Amino acid sequence: MTTLAPPLAPEPEVEDDEGPLPQGRRRWVPYLLLLPGLAWLTVFFVVPMLALASTSLQTGSLGEGYRLTWRFATYSDALSTYGGQFLRSLLYAGTSTLLTLLIGYPLAYAIAFKAGRYRNLLLILVVAPFFTSFLIRTLAWKIILSDDGTVVSALQAVHLLGENGRLLATPAAVIMGLTYNFLPFMVLPLYASLEKIDGRLHEAAQDLYANAATTFRRVTLPLSVPGLVAGTLLTFIPAAGDYVNVQFLGTPQSSMIGTVIQSRFLTVLDYPTAAALSFILMATVLVMVVLYVRKVGAKELL
Amino acid sequence: MTTLAPGRARAVRQQGPKKGPSPLDRLRRNGVMVVAMFVLAFLFLPVLVVVVFSFNAPRGRFNFAWQGFTWDNWLHPCAAPGMCDALRTSLEVGLLATLVSTALGSLLAFGLVRHRFRGRTPTSLLVFLPMATPEVVMGASLLTLFVNLGVQTGFATIVIAHILFNVSFVVVTVKARLAGMDSRLEEAAMDLYANEWQTFRRITLPLAAPGILAGALLAFSLSFDDFIITNFNSGNTLTFPMFVWGAAQRGVPPQVNVIGTAMFLLALVAVAGSEVLRRSRR
Repeated sequence: MTTLAPPLAPEPEVEDDEGPLPQGRRRWVPYLLLLPGLAWLTVFFVVPMLALASTSLQTGSLGEGYRLTWRFATYSDALSTYGGQFLRSLLYAGTSTLLTLLIGYPLAYAIAFKAGRYRNLLLILVVAPFFTSFLIRTLAWKIILSDDGTVVSALQAVHLLGENGRLLATPAAVIMGLTYNFLPFMVLPLYASLEKIDGRLHEAAQDLYANAATTFRRVTLPLSVPGLVAGTLLTFIPAAGDYVNVQFLGTPQSSMIGTVIQSRFLTVLDYPTAAALSFILMATVLVMVVLYVRKVGAKELL
Repeated sequence: MTTLAPGRARAVRQQGPKKGPSPLDRLRRNGVMVVAMFVLAFLFLPVLVVVVFSFNAPRGRFNFAWQGFTWDNWLHPCAAPGMCDALRTSLEVGLLATLVSTALGSLLAFGLVRHRFRGRTPTSLLVFLPMATPEVVMGASLLTLFVNLGVQTGFATIVIAHILFNVSFVVVTVKARLAGMDSRLEEAAMDLYANEWQTFRRITLPLAAPGILAGALLAFSLSFDDFIITNFNSGNTLTFPMFVWGAAQRGVPPQVNVIGTAMFLLALVAVAGSEVLRRSRR
């Protein structure tokens, strides 16, 4: 990929750090443009993150107030208490990301290469279901997967599901919900990458006696890596922190880390533990993002 | 089988139009389209359920089993207590958040794409980070700030939170449009003695407008649909997703499905309309 990509898909914005920075009055233009946005991001993103960090190291109670005591044990306590939910979140999110990739790739591929003049129509169809609210769609799955629904009876009829087998309130239902809800986040970046591929490359591969599978493996797949990376991240990150799917389609016994953070913050009002869990989640996600991006080699995501 | 494929494909091609491809070839060529259609069906299945159940006349509190057809839900969408107020709140929050985040995000995008300056990389990172932050964490951190400052959460804090998570998405959308623009057009304007402001006003802004509009639409739909971050910062204010979440515990009124269906139809009409407009201009 690295040998093919640069001449074919020139990065739209090449940063040349060589030349001198603009001087005089013009020097201030970018800062004026950035100021309002950066101020907002600083006050409502950076500062809250610092507040969260500080809270995670405080001790006390809601009645007496919290004091910063640098108690790092909150982190290890939180991990040992909620490690199960944490691992479950990563597992569910990982599985559903893999599934969105498996079913999203053919869809993105078909739209990019096979749809012809129906391309725009298909793209609209991919996005359209998502204008029905997230929660309403997830509730609809609750109806579809319900115990006396058609899906369950069909699966029971072909003995894929036992007599008393059910789909609702199982890990499978939660993973399916996550897969469903974040599928467009996989399809759209993949499509954006695939659509840029020069069709002549496929012809060239065929002229060089590559069959369809080899053409895909050696030409199409490597060139779609940027979309694949972006799609994976856009799916995995929200899936790991989600608690809506598990609430509607799972059971309270198999809750995810988002459920715990939410209830610690909003119901139990145990701020330090909730803050520590938030940071563990954030750190895990960021580490995975960095490792993944390094491994796959798409440095410029944005 | 895969080793045989190229030979056969070649043979078919050489035979030319006389003999069509065999059914097997046709399936192989369109297989991916067939899979894609199944995936699309998967995407639309819940929407179908939402639409169908918007015509349901549930006897109990739960709209989970089909019990009979009725127009009532569509004729009286506000019959569900509190729902229309929540809807109005969501629209207000969405409009305000979209307005501010589109302005902030577009300015950021212009700055990042059109200018070189010290601190560009940290700025890009700061814009990227909110998108890489799980929603629970962002919601939790904002709530921590508001609790520490002693700010009562409510309408204003929801708007603040929505602007925050929208800004990055607007930046990405507008940036994509600006990066694809031909900068020679602006240079040409300058060569024709337009000053910086005139160039921006007459060339840059009109060219960037579709990107800004797309960013605004994205911002509005993200804001309108957000539940997780809102749940942390809403206080006693009820947005539409908050209403649905609450109703899910007690039984969702069928009017919720009416709104879901209406939103879906509105979006389709808007997209179709813009497509027609785009074609007629060409």
